[in-house]
Amino acid sequence: MNVSIKAALLSSAFALASPALAAGTHPVTGETLADDQTFTYRVLDEHTSVDPQIVEDVSGSEIVRDLFEGLYNQDEKGNLVPGVALSYETNDDKTVYTFALRPEAKWSDGTPVTAGDFVFAWQRLADPATASEYQWYVEIMGLKNGAAVSAGDMPVEELGVKAIDDHTLEVTLEQSLPYFAKTTTHTSTFPAPKWAIEKHGSDWIKPENIVVNGAYKLTEHVANERLVRERNEMYWDNDNTIIDKVVSLVINDENVALTRYKAGELDRTEIPAGQYPSLKETNPDEVTVFPRLCSYYYTINVSDNAPEFLKDVRVRQALSYAINRDIITEKVLQGGQTAAYTFTPAATAGFEVPAVDYSTWSQDERNAKATELMSAAGYDKSNPLDITLIYNTSEAHKKVALAVSQMWKQNLGVNVTLENQEWKTFLNTRGEQNYEVARAGWCGDYNEASTFLDLVQSGSGYNDAKYANEEVDKLLADAKTMDDPQPNYTKVEEMIAADMPIIPIYHYAGNYMIQTDLKNWPVENVEQNWYSKNLYKVAE
Amino acid sequence: MLNFIIRRVAVAIPTLIILLIASFWLMQTAPGGPFTSERPLPPQVLANIEAKYGLDQPILKQLWDYVIGIITQFDFGPSYKYKDRSVNDIIAQGFPVTLTYGIISFVIAIVVGGILGMSAAIRQNSMLDYFAVGVTIGAQVLPNFVMAPILILIFTLWLGWLPGGGWNGGQWQYLVMPVIALSTSYMASIARLTRSSMLEVLRSNFIRTARAKGLPDRTIIWRHALKPSLLPVISYLGPAFVGMVTGSFIIDSIFGTGGIGYFYVNSAFNRDYAVMMGLTILLGSMTIMFNMVVDILYAWIDPKIRL
Repeated sequence: MNVSIKAALLSSAFALASPALAAGTHPVTGETLADDQTFTYRVLDEHTSVDPQIVEDVSGSEIVRDLFEGLYNQDEKGNLVPGVALSYETNDDKTVYTFALRPEAKWSDGTPVTAGDFVFAWQRLADPATASEYQWYVEIMGLKNGAAVSAGDMPVEELGVKAIDDHTLEVTLEQSLPYFAKTTTHTSTFPAPKWAIEKHGSDWIKPENIVVNGAYKLTEHVANERLVRERNEMYWDNDNTIIDKVVSLVINDENVALTRYKAGELDRTEIPAGQYPSLKETNPDEVTVFPRLCSYYYTINVSDNAPEFLKDVRVRQALSYAINRDIITEKVLQGGQTAAYTFTPAATAGFEVPAVDYSTWSQDERNAKATELMSAAGYDKSNPLDITLIYNTSEAHKKVALAVSQMWKQNLGVNVTLENQEWKTFLNTRGEQNYEVARAGWCGDYNEASTFLDLVQSGSGYNDAKYANEEVDKLLADAKTMDDPQPNYTKVEEMIAADMPIIPIYHYAGNYMIQTDLKNWPVENVEQNWYSKNLYKVAE
Repeated sequence: MLNFIIRRVAVAIPTLIILLIASFWLMQTAPGGPFTSERPLPPQVLANIEAKYGLDQPILKQLWDYVIGIITQFDFGPSYKYKDRSVNDIIAQGFPVTLTYGIISFVIAIVVGGILGMSAAIRQNSMLDYFAVGVTIGAQVLPNFVMAPILILIFTLWLGWLPGGGWNGGQWQYLVMPVIALSTSYMASIARLTRSSMLEVLRSNFIRTARAKGLPDRTIIWRHALKPSLLPVISYLGPAFVGMVTGSFIIDSIFGTGGIGYFYVNSAFNRDYAVMMGLTILLGSMTIMFNMVVDILYAWIDPKIRL
């Protein structure tokens, strides 16, 4: 009897004796898998939708990534791995991309996934009648005629996407876009089943009607309570999927969620604000911290109707220099965040953080320089500047604002009035430039520096500072088609540091409590695009 | 009596209409809209969405269409935030949940509170009385947003007896903690109200007369004292019931039960106009209805009150 057969017999005998082994071992790592492969996690709030072209929130997108599969997925590090697409080819100037689709991919009702399903989905996204909040994504992708179709000036058939045959998808772009394939991991580009949508209308996403092509099917949804998804037998890679069932529970209160996590009801939950240091002591194996593609900053009103003193660059620089970011991250927040001197986080793919001058100084040097600039601008402790800082109502924002106002007061003698506003009121105030200094946060839409730096373009709808600098605009426009845009990004960051329309404060960190039996959480995927099909639970 | 009911219904309709218009107007004047977000939508995208939901129409037209939709098709409109669902879906799913734990809490609050209050009054200044007063004061000062997480800590984490939240179709294990958290302070109020009004009644002349006649205690309490001492309690029950059925924001957000309380409060933050209007109408009609029921009960108990 040869050894491997013997081993197999032995292990199967063992499997009969011990239920823990019945589920088998992980095919790659060889770890013993747990019997119950149910992954349960907490979400803060009810998701907006599970329709790929409609969903607009993070927790909804997480569900959609389990239910549907686009051309490409991301691996644990955020690299592209084939999804429905097997590979792609592109022409020399990178304006035409041809994707070869996987012939074995099927929808949950057995229908093959075809190029036509992608054409339908992308046209649906661009169609004004769909009224998708992510309609603008067709322009981010640079699809030919995207803008005209979105505006309703052209029929959807004119959009730059067509099916050559069932398994060949051809995409035509307005201009060269070297990173186009990366944009296809976004949920709004996932295929949609035309027949189901036509049959059930807006009810097609209900568990009894939905047709999906991802690793999981939607089996139960109770609004504001739970959503359950279970293995899709039709999924092409079902044999390599380990987690059988995924349950997301809506728990608004993060402290209650932590209690339930400790009681073993959850496999993953967020660490409540302020509890990171103590949990790191008590449960070091479960605390998981990782950088995220998000920046926390203060935006300064530099629009035409801004007060005169804010138009003085010396005042803006002084305000920025006087903030001790290390105190904010290490003493105030204590959640693994990192101090920010540039807008774009270091975690961004292909981005090298430029050493903008003030980031290289010590805090004492920054404070000295700030005092100097402030007095040059005509303000000191005997003639103090009065500033109003607004933030949206939240304990965390309040803590940061209090710390910053103390730093400004102590170093520069600035009198700060703190004002908190309810979320939508706040957005309105900030969006209409009825403020002096306002809190802001931004998370990247995709893993490339332009998702941040585009915010300081004069035409950007997100540029609440109303910063306008022709040179910045030009550098960013040129960066779009460059193979290596880093030099332009460096220059833009340096110009932000010089003009200081925004004050970067810190880069976010994600922090979770993850049970030790849940494996393969993609901590290195800075966009946190995770797929339940890549997770597994080991027997303990 | 019939006349009274007809009159009350006739008043209820204009009240509802005023409520509807007032809340519609208040909502529209609040800054921001349903699609205001951290990432402002490009104007073109916003225009598509507003066209889809009819938000590009003049305000009066929107209100008119909304009212007509309700009257002709019983359609309370779409949710702008939870796009997979209409307001009807949200009510159909959330309201039974809220109603279930609301009614159970209500019944428990009345039964436990009533018995506690009555026994305390009958045996005034006994150990039982001190106990009842102590417990009710304690229960009243402990708000449910404090009690709920403590319950979860005790019953889920330490004892492991009950699931820490969720609904699961309303199985009893999932009901225990929400019901305790919701009913306790009402129970305490009812107990205190019952106790003080019972004490007052027991000291009144007609009870003294009954005792002088030599009636047994049981007859005095059940036949003569109970009804009049319930009057102040009943006037409290209307608002209490509505409070339990609507005041479930805390319960929903801490226990993740999926009731309408959470949707209601959040719809205001989200400027989810139709959800807010739909729930306002629902809860408004319930408030009106229960106040009416209380008035009828009142008249039944105390014939002195003319309807």
